[in-house]
Amino acid sequence: MAKQISTFERRKERLDRGIKARTEGLYAISSWREVSYLLAPRAGLIIILFLLPLVVPGLYWQRVLALAGVYALLALSFDFLAERVGLVCIGGAFMIGVGGYISGALNYYLMLPVFLTIPIGTLGGALICTLLWVPCLPLRGIYFAVVTFMFPFLTQSIILAGNLFEGTEGLSPIKGFPNTWIAVYLIVILILLSIFGLRRLCGEDIGVVFAGVKDNDQAVFASGINVTRVKIYALYIASLIGCFAGTFVAHFSGFVGVSLFAVDFSIMPIAACIMGGPGTMAGPVLGAFILAPLSELLRGFGQLRVVLYCLVLVGFILFKPEGLLSWATRKYHQIEHWVKV
Amino acid sequence: MHRFIKEVTSVEVFIYGVVNGMTFVLWAVGFSFVYGISRLPNFAHGALYVVTGFITWSFINSAGLPHWLSIILSLIIVSFAGVAIYQFVMIRVRGMPISEIIVSFAIALAILEGLRLQGIGGFKGFIGPGYVLPPFVNGVVETRWVTIDLQRLLIIAAGLLLLGFMWLFTHYHKVGLALRAMAQNERAALMLGINSDRMANIALGIGSALAGLSAIAVMPLGNVNCESGYSVLTNAIAVCVIGGLGSWVGTILAALILGLATTTMSALGGTMWNSVLVFGLIILILVVKPSGLFGQQKELEERV
Repeated sequence: MAKQISTFERRKERLDRGIKARTEGLYAISSWREVSYLLAPRAGLIIILFLLPLVVPGLYWQRVLALAGVYALLALSFDFLAERVGLVCIGGAFMIGVGGYISGALNYYLMLPVFLTIPIGTLGGALICTLLWVPCLPLRGIYFAVVTFMFPFLTQSIILAGNLFEGTEGLSPIKGFPNTWIAVYLIVILILLSIFGLRRLCGEDIGVVFAGVKDNDQAVFASGINVTRVKIYALYIASLIGCFAGTFVAHFSGFVGVSLFAVDFSIMPIAACIMGGPGTMAGPVLGAFILAPLSELLRGFGQLRVVLYCLVLVGFILFKPEGLLSWATRKYHQIEHWVKV
Repeated sequence: MHRFIKEVTSVEVFIYGVVNGMTFVLWAVGFSFVYGISRLPNFAHGALYVVTGFITWSFINSAGLPHWLSIILSLIIVSFAGVAIYQFVMIRVRGMPISEIIVSFAIALAILEGLRLQGIGGFKGFIGPGYVLPPFVNGVVETRWVTIDLQRLLIIAAGLLLLGFMWLFTHYHKVGLALRAMAQNERAALMLGINSDRMANIALGIGSALAGLSAIAVMPLGNVNCESGYSVLTNAIAVCVIGGLGSWVGTILAALILGLATTTMSALGGTMWNSVLVFGLIILILVVKPSGLFGQQKELEERV
């Protein structure tokens, strides 16, 4: 009897009830519990990313983490372009290659130090990528995707055919980072900056225009906004992230060669994005940090690795198109607790 | 740079260019057929091409079947593979361009890299120069200006026959007409009782069989390897993009242009620049005239 009364006195309530009931997207927070409810996942992301390099055993896994970070940055830039602006750009390898070659060449030929080559490679590389992609902007859908996908191949064959930048040999040695800690934390900080920066950007006025370009660019055009210019901004922002990853790879591996244009850099970020949750920004990062170590573990199996992540990709698209992060978010929102009536 | 050992005459360049163009036609016709009709970018085209080569090779060399029988069997298998790709995978993502590309490309990668798998279940992987398909005809034709082997002449004949057959099929056969109706206006076709999914299935089946057919015609010129899957795909896309989708004239013209251009390039500078040329042409055409030389899909930029 007493038990039954107790169920009348309390009921289950969702954690986000207060927030969701008052507002939908805009958070009007009224208590510390709600603040912590909102902050927990974001703080969790930051803390986990900062702790990861400390936790992993040994130098080898730290290097794997840094590489995962590179894929995470590429996945972020793909996600931003594809899901927020509607430009499906499968040219991650091109950004990596351009950024890497610029900073590598500056370091190799002109002996510039790392802290100069990285900014120059990032800004200049993004400029070059954007300028080269501008003529392709009238294209849409699969055509833009195909052309951007071909850019790395084109550059690679030009470099090989013309024997530029030492051709197949590549430029080495490129000066590396002082130690792995600096490299890993550099990329962790850049990932966090990019996630939160892009989030913020998408909430600004220009972000609304980006969304407009994705959903209905005729409407954007009709309201007197130059669609091409908006797309150029978006491309430049995404290329900045990609080219930074490129300069990082160049200095991290101490080598610049045509392997920077490898298909891996184009495909793997997409797999990470699909797996983590397209359009969520943090999802692709999550996906990259799952896929890259996984493929490292499978390195012994050779080609099986590629087959496996293709299968993962197809499986996720067919059976869980929302991705891991969207699923986790839903589950997080659905957590219930008992409250007294 | 590689140069032909003997001095090449312009007649030779022209003849070999035409042969080259016909191989481009053979590569592209399946891809363009599927994309033109069901709007599905079948990025697994190159993979199916390579798979046909290996299945045929296995039938001939491992199972000891006669040449013609193994060709027929492998064509049937490949067309069913195409149907299976649509029926089990593509049907779920149809209409979502990003997912379509990613899924079909992932399938292609899985197949091509899977063929190179080593050491699983005693499977040695299809690597190495040992995989060669026998040509249909041996022998060489020598004229005053040019020496050419019969297999290459067969490719020209095969290309022309295939194009003629596809034209007749899509203009006079009931199924072909239904396929074209689907390409022109899907809703109107649906209203007339044409089943969209069945037509897409048929299109992918035929498209895959065409990929297989091109493999059987072209592969005897070289060996069977996984890398050719990627180049076949890019060449097929190049022909489709340059010629314009849905236009047979455009396909032939683009293939001939590409064939002559690459052959001239090989004769002048070296084969290294061939891929640069193909990619450059694609990008140029897309930038200057996105619907292709003879594209019938007007306002392609608007719709795709």
